[in-house]
Amino acid sequence: MTSERPLLEVNGLKKHFPIFGGILGQETAKVYAVDGVSFTIDRGETLSLVGESGCGKSTVGKSILRLYPVTDGEVYLAGDRIDNLPAGRLRPLRRRVQVVFQDPFSSLNPRMKVRDILAEPLINFGIVRGGRALTERVELLMDKVQLPRDAIGRFPHEFSGGQRQRIGIARALAPGADLIICDEAVSALDVSVKAQIINLLVDLQDEFGMALLFISHDLAIVEHLTHRVAVMYLGKIVELADRRTLFAKSHHPYTRALLSAVPVPDPTAKRQRIILTGDVPSPINPPSGCRFHTRCPFVFDRCRVEEPLLRSVGEGHVSACHLDHVPGGQVVPMAG
Amino acid sequence: MSSATTTQSGYAAAPALADVLPPVRQRGRVMTFVRRNPTIVLGGTLLLVMVLIAILAPYLGTVDPTALAPAKRTREPSAQYWFGTDMLGRDVYSRVIYGARISLIVGFAVAAVASILGTFIGLVSGFIRGADAIMMRVMDGLMSIPSILLAIALMALTRASVQNVVIAISVAEFPRVSRLIRGVVLSLREQPFVEAAVASGTRLPMIIVKHILPNTLAPLMVNATFICASAMIIEASLSFIGAGTPPIIPSWGNIMAEGRALWQVKPYIVFFPAIFLCITVLSVNLLGDGLRDALDPRLAKRL
Repeated sequence: MTSERPLLEVNGLKKHFPIFGGILGQETAKVYAVDGVSFTIDRGETLSLVGESGCGKSTVGKSILRLYPVTDGEVYLAGDRIDNLPAGRLRPLRRRVQVVFQDPFSSLNPRMKVRDILAEPLINFGIVRGGRALTERVELLMDKVQLPRDAIGRFPHEFSGGQRQRIGIARALAPGADLIICDEAVSALDVSVKAQIINLLVDLQDEFGMALLFISHDLAIVEHLTHRVAVMYLGKIVELADRRTLFAKSHHPYTRALLSAVPVPDPTAKRQRIILTGDVPSPINPPSGCRFHTRCPFVFDRCRVEEPLLRSVGEGHVSACHLDHVPGGQVVPMAG
Repeated sequence: MSSATTTQSGYAAAPALADVLPPVRQRGRVMTFVRRNPTIVLGGTLLLVMVLIAILAPYLGTVDPTALAPAKRTREPSAQYWFGTDMLGRDVYSRVIYGARISLIVGFAVAAVASILGTFIGLVSGFIRGADAIMMRVMDGLMSIPSILLAIALMALTRASVQNVVIAISVAEFPRVSRLIRGVVLSLREQPFVEAAVASGTRLPMIIVKHILPNTLAPLMVNATFICASAMIIEASLSFIGAGTPPIIPSWGNIMAEGRALWQVKPYIVFFPAIFLCITVLSVNLLGDGLRDALDPRLAKRL
């Protein structure tokens, strides 16, 4: 284990889902859910992965978790390669990478009490043996996520959405992971509860120093808690920068379109909205050249044939757009 | 994180408060249960009465149900013979009461055997893609034969006994259970809580025991009651056509089969076992309906 290497390194991650069809059930097509994604996360850092639904951001999270095998690419956790670990040797990885899911209702087993839900990782990873110590540990976890201790014997259906999400966060905290993947962890909650859960996540990160991979479609949420942001479109990262740069000086037209869609609380504010037309193209048959060319307001000939590569456009700021390399290409004014 | 900060994008970061209130405790009382689930209570009570009758058969004023009395053949129902006597002079009341044992044993045993077998097959199909296609085609094949015909065919191959009746009916009924469980397993294994358990380091056997099986219990129980009712009818049908329990054992099907010849002159011999069979099957079906309403949130429409 080398301390110089980032906590998580993802190199050219690909995940293709086969589609079976025909009489014999043979593979007829592929969904290119994630098609060559690379990024790193340092210890204690928050990286947000944003994009429209269906762009493959959740698939990235689940691939890192090894909830299914990856098609291609490499994933390193603190220097150890984890994408090709055999199924029998995943437990050490599982202890270090945890997950909080979007839906607080389906992510908790309806037939298990809070105690049993939180005890499961503790027992699996051999953190505590059972009995008194286990109960104490579970109560401690409940304190950390600000759940009342007397709720330990309750079933998930007795809680509100926000409380259930707290249980989910406590479960992810239980093994003391280095990285917690928050897969749309606040998207299903009301605005006020959303803010509470985000505050909780930020507080917990301050306290325990774990890194977060925060998967979201909501840039406004992301702005509160992230250090860096990666924008995904149709299975690829189109722009990656630290928060300040991305929100102030984004390069990619898609990022700008997303930013211009973020609501601004001032009704008199003048904004230039970039309205994208059409839907995200199918990841089964992605467009040639730049994947965004079918909806890009600044499309030109080169975009349709040549795929733009992620290139550095500033310190720690990469973007995949041909406009970045055209003199005077950055003419698009920033939105709101 | 500081409290109450409003930002450019408009999300006010409120201090944690309302969300932390203690959770609501559910109220559950016997009367509430009765009021909300009248069918469960009615079906359950009727079934309980039948079970008690079967267990307490020797103490309910019965005589030996197989004792012949040729001098007292085909007596009408009276104070001495409540349900009359059959063509061999046996007491129909005693035979019907003892017959409840066979029906209930067959019903419960088939429900248990078919559920266990079906759950096992369903789990294997749900988890092993390669086995799934083959096993489900076999199940399709079994289900394409009407269950009573399959049971008759199986009984024709073996000796008449209660055990063989249970096996024959179970074979006819379990494919439906395996179908059901396979479907439930396929949807459950994609649930986030199962993925979360995998991420928590839980291995497959424990995933099945702790996360999959408890969640199959509700549909399984509902299905088991309907199989139980269906098994009792099939058992009676088999006995009626002489392919079921051996004639020396009094079962409702046997009693009706023997009374059939005298149907036009002594209808009560058929009538009493038929009434008991009706009530028992009705009670089990009521229980199943009630359980389905109570356990399946999609079908339960109550305020």
